[in-house]
Amino acid sequence: MGFIGDQVESIRSMQVRQVVTQIISLGMIVTSALIIWKGLMVATGSESPVVVVLSGSMEPGFKRGDILFLHMSKEPIRTGEIVVFNIDGREIPIVHRVIKVHERQESGEVDILTKGDNNFGDDRLLYAQGQLWLQKHHIMGRAVGYLPYVGWVTIVMTEKPIIKYLLIGALGLLVITSKE
Amino acid sequence: MHSFGHRANAVATFALTILAAMCFAASFSDSFNSPTPTASVKILNINWFQKEANANDEVSMTLNISADLSSLFTWNTKQVFVFVAAEYETPQNALNQVSLWDGIIPAKEHAKFLIHTTNKYRFIDQGSNLKGRDFNLTMHWHIMPKTGKMFADKIVMTGYQLPEQYR
Repeated sequence: MGFIGDQVESIRSMQVRQVVTQIISLGMIVTSALIIWKGLMVATGSESPVVVVLSGSMEPGFKRGDILFLHMSKEPIRTGEIVVFNIDGREIPIVHRVIKVHERQESGEVDILTKGDNNFGDDRLLYAQGQLWLQKHHIMGRAVGYLPYVGWVTIVMTEKPIIKYLLIGALGLLVITSKE
Repeated sequence: MHSFGHRANAVATFALTILAAMCFAASFSDSFNSPTPTASVKILNINWFQKEANANDEVSMTLNISADLSSLFTWNTKQVFVFVAAEYETPQNALNQVSLWDGIIPAKEHAKFLIHTTNKYRFIDQGSNLKGRDFNLTMHWHIMPKTGKMFADKIVMTGYQLPEQYR
């Protein structure tokens, strides 16, 4: 009785510990990813430090699936910089180059006009109805670094959600079944 | 212990680490390049100069742009984006930057050029401040790498002036 009871007891405690360890390690993976992302946000000052290029409007410099690293410093926006901006009423941010800047004397407010390198005309057609210029609050960040192809992972996952669920399922299974 | 999964994981991790290190090294090597580009822009003609219906001044000009940007190219350079902007100050605005012409240089062989062009983008002021206005023409370049950090710099050319009268 005593011997068997001890055995059962030890197995039960082992399993509980193993389950707890797995939950903790899963939590560690998720939280460290979150820490890295939030840390990048603080370091770059941009609310999305990495963006994926979704259109061909900046070709041949940036192709669909490339990723850009953004930085949002206090320095004023100048022509030639590649900025990421949001238009009111549009969900997807746009990555284009600044071609005109008008900065006010006293307030320092800026009017900015952008254009895609591969587009024929400027971006006024993309802006909201009647909007002629971008202001500072539209700008999410300026591109400072570039890495080709990496963004295809996210493009594939958003366009083919099945692949995303398969991947998440497989990874989850791996974490749960893996020992040590 | 040494299952297929473990080995595949180890190989993939190692490959990605090496790839990341090589990308970093390629980008880092760019910082050893100290380029010596040259540029000159001449205004050949003021084609027309007028006040638009909405009271903004607009000018059209013919430019002669020559530059040698070949020293900007390194083995990590995909292309150089080059543009010429008019830059001036008005009572209302501390800085106005208006891009007049731009181009993409895909390779070092094309980095030495001389072109003759009218302004590709409209040179419109915010308001009516262009008569007799002094301005700079600045050649900017933006180096777009195969991977890593992007670089930008410029050459400022001073001493240009717009006509005193509309024409």
